[in-house]
Amino acid sequence: MKIVVTYLIGLVFGLGIAISGMANPSKVVNFFDFAGTWDPSLAFVMGGAVIVAGIGYQLVFRRKRPVFDPDFNVPTSRVIDARLVGGSALFGIGWGIAGFCPGAVLPVLGTGNADVLIFFAALIAGILIARWLLRLNLIPARGGPASSS
Amino acid sequence: MTEFTPWASLTGGMLIGLASVLLMAFRGRIFGATGILTGFMTPNSSSDWSWRAVLLAGIVSSPLFYLAASGGWPEIVTPVSKAMLVVGGLIVGIGVTIGSGCTSGHGVCGVARLSRRSIVATATFMVVTAVTVYVMRHVIGS
Repeated sequence: MKIVVTYLIGLVFGLGIAISGMANPSKVVNFFDFAGTWDPSLAFVMGGAVIVAGIGYQLVFRRKRPVFDPDFNVPTSRVIDARLVGGSALFGIGWGIAGFCPGAVLPVLGTGNADVLIFFAALIAGILIARWLLRLNLIPARGGPASSS
Repeated sequence: MTEFTPWASLTGGMLIGLASVLLMAFRGRIFGATGILTGFMTPNSSSDWSWRAVLLAGIVSSPLFYLAASGGWPEIVTPVSKAMLVVGGLIVGIGVTIGSGCTSGHGVCGVARLSRRSIVATATFMVVTAVTVYVMRHVIGS
């Protein structure tokens, strides 16, 4: 039962990405191209997702615990530091260059598209490089517990 | 140019939101692609690994259902060269790891929880992405 439900949740996310247009880098880049070929679609993706998640979380957090697991595993850090802002800024540079973000590229791995696979391989390499730099303490540790996002 | 698709994008967005709510309701987890993927590659324990593996299986197999229902893959048109995809992918991977999240984790789940960290992160990457696209298309590319 746990396996079936968890699988279906992944499926809903992937179909949402595919239907929304998030997996199409041209559409993503056009959303940010206010000075050129602007396509406002992604505002509807983000808006729809945040509204549903915002209302849904309110209902879910009335429960004492999740259905299958003992605890809600929610990030507790409240620290806003250079690491959060700098990392997010770097992500924005990469997103602006390639038009793919991690959540959008995962579902379309299943299409076998060559550009998707190239971006994904580089994404994994980037994650591993950053984790290595963090382990070497070349990037200052964050001020609180990790956000799991 | 890409076609403006308000209804498809709203529907897709609501499904993304729904998946985030369901993952919290059933497994008590934030639906952040960065966190799920990183935890899958470097798990803390086998129980921490298995839910991620099943969730990822659902995510990665979703295009097959999309194909069966619509008769085609989702449209993927990359606006840059393969070399720039590599550069972009590396920078995204480093950025989301240092910044502890991406569009799904910070932008959807974190903002929906009204997390100040996530709101700052999301505002930062949205502005920087827009500036990057401007520079790529209208400064370098013009």
